[in-house]
Amino acid sequence: MTYAADVGALARKDLLLELRARDTLPAMLLFVVATFVVFHFALPAHSSQLAASGLLWVAILFTALLGLGRAFVPEREQRVLDGLVLAPCDRSAIWLAKSIATLAFLGAAELVALPVFALFFHGIGGATVAGVVLADLGICAVGTFLGAMAVVTRARDLLLPLLFLPLAIPIVVGGVGATVAGSPGRYLAFLALYDALFGVLCWASFEYVVTE
Amino acid sequence: MTTAEKYVTAAYCVIFAVVLVYVVLIALKLNRLEREVQALERREPKPAEDERETISVG
Amino acid sequence: METVSRHYRIPLPALAAATLALVMVALAFVFFVAPNDAVLGFSQRIFYFHVSIAFTAYACFGAGAWKALRHLWKRDPRADLESYVAVHQGVIFGVLVLITGSIWAKYTWGHWWVWSEDELVLFLVLFLFYAAYFMLRFSVDPGPQRANFSAVYALFGVVLVPVSFLAIRLAKTFLHPVIFTRHGANIGGWMLVTYCLTQPAVLLLAYTLYRVELAGKSIDARLRELRLA
Repeated sequence: MTYAADVGALARKDLLLELRARDTLPAMLLFVVATFVVFHFALPAHSSQLAASGLLWVAILFTALLGLGRAFVPEREQRVLDGLVLAPCDRSAIWLAKSIATLAFLGAAELVALPVFALFFHGIGGATVAGVVLADLGICAVGTFLGAMAVVTRARDLLLPLLFLPLAIPIVVGGVGATVAGSPGRYLAFLALYDALFGVLCWASFEYVVTE
Repeated sequence: MTTAEKYVTAAYCVIFAVVLVYVVLIALKLNRLEREVQALERREPKPAEDERETISVG
Repeated sequence: METVSRHYRIPLPALAAATLALVMVALAFVFFVAPNDAVLGFSQRIFYFHVSIAFTAYACFGAGAWKALRHLWKRDPRADLESYVAVHQGVIFGVLVLITGSIWAKYTWGHWWVWSEDELVLFLVLFLFYAAYFMLRFSVDPGPQRANFSAVYALFGVVLVPVSFLAIRLAKTFLHPVIFTRHGANIGGWMLVTYCLTQPAVLLLAYTLYRVELAGKSIDARLRELRLA
């Protein structure tokens, strides 16, 4: 089988699992809407639109964390990872497939979340949408990688946010910049740079996470 | 002493204190480890021989 | 676990003595030889060690990543421990950067923390990142898996440093419309000489501490071996 076919088969498995069990996506949707409502009450009455734009990125990040925390749970419970590592495919395919699956969940959650944000707070421009798409790539690439590590540690769910948030700070900077700045080009370029750098790093080093 | 002098002195004192505390902590740990290793090395040969005897008998 | 310890050319006591001497000379230069800066006055004396320590922290993180690469690439049995000790040193020096920078901010702007100092913010991000490194390391049982996780995470660190730095610079344009400038102090003459002394002194200090810590770890490993025997 080719690399692409491996990745496709693995990603399809995750999407099918989600379609049957419906574990993650409803939770993410509910969480992101609830977060917006909390933000409404957290913001003072006459705070600027900019503050709400910043909070959009906080909501996206934490919603992603919710999904990422679940990403490798089925693998752990059924000890699937041991089997996958033994399968005659490149190990990085496991990471890539899982990233694609989490990206699909996060994208689906945002398809609802962004219109809801526009309804509750203020309209969203094309630059914000582009920023969200680019940020999602980075969030899912790095988050899936760290999720695979966190799930086998003793601390498990506790560890993922600690590992992920320092690495997500550049994503937030790029995202908020794309949302609020007059000329979002450089922020989008920065997000793309982040995706490329960390994407390659994750792809090259994932093998060491699942093998000894 | 001017304010600037106070702040600079404070900064260097903090650096010194942190490094000192760190060195003292390592030194204490090294000392303890060294003692334990010596104690174990002195005790080691006897139990090892006993063990070998019991295995050869059984 | 292998307990092979590397053989170094310079014995530890000699290294420690040289470090002590060099640090003393550097301190004497900082307080008695370097002239007051025209703009910053006496307070610029913080910078000699502050900047040296910051550079040393980067060097430690870099060394940690290099050893991590050695572990992943060459399967060097000592590299995991060396990587961990280097990162450990980096965090200690990073905390010193935060403390000295904070003292300087208090003197200059009257606040213990300013978000406009790029380097301070970067070290805060790095501190959070490497604190998580320890959480990760101590949440996995010792063995090849822990070594791999630590190594991969240490490699993420060296990519994060430039990316975060860029991010912090970018963030300034929308977070801080008014940018403080440090009045590009022209460094030259005795100031440069002083810096050229403090930088190697702090680097040597870090290296000595690294060697001492490694010596401790190898005794620790020997002890565990003896107990198992």
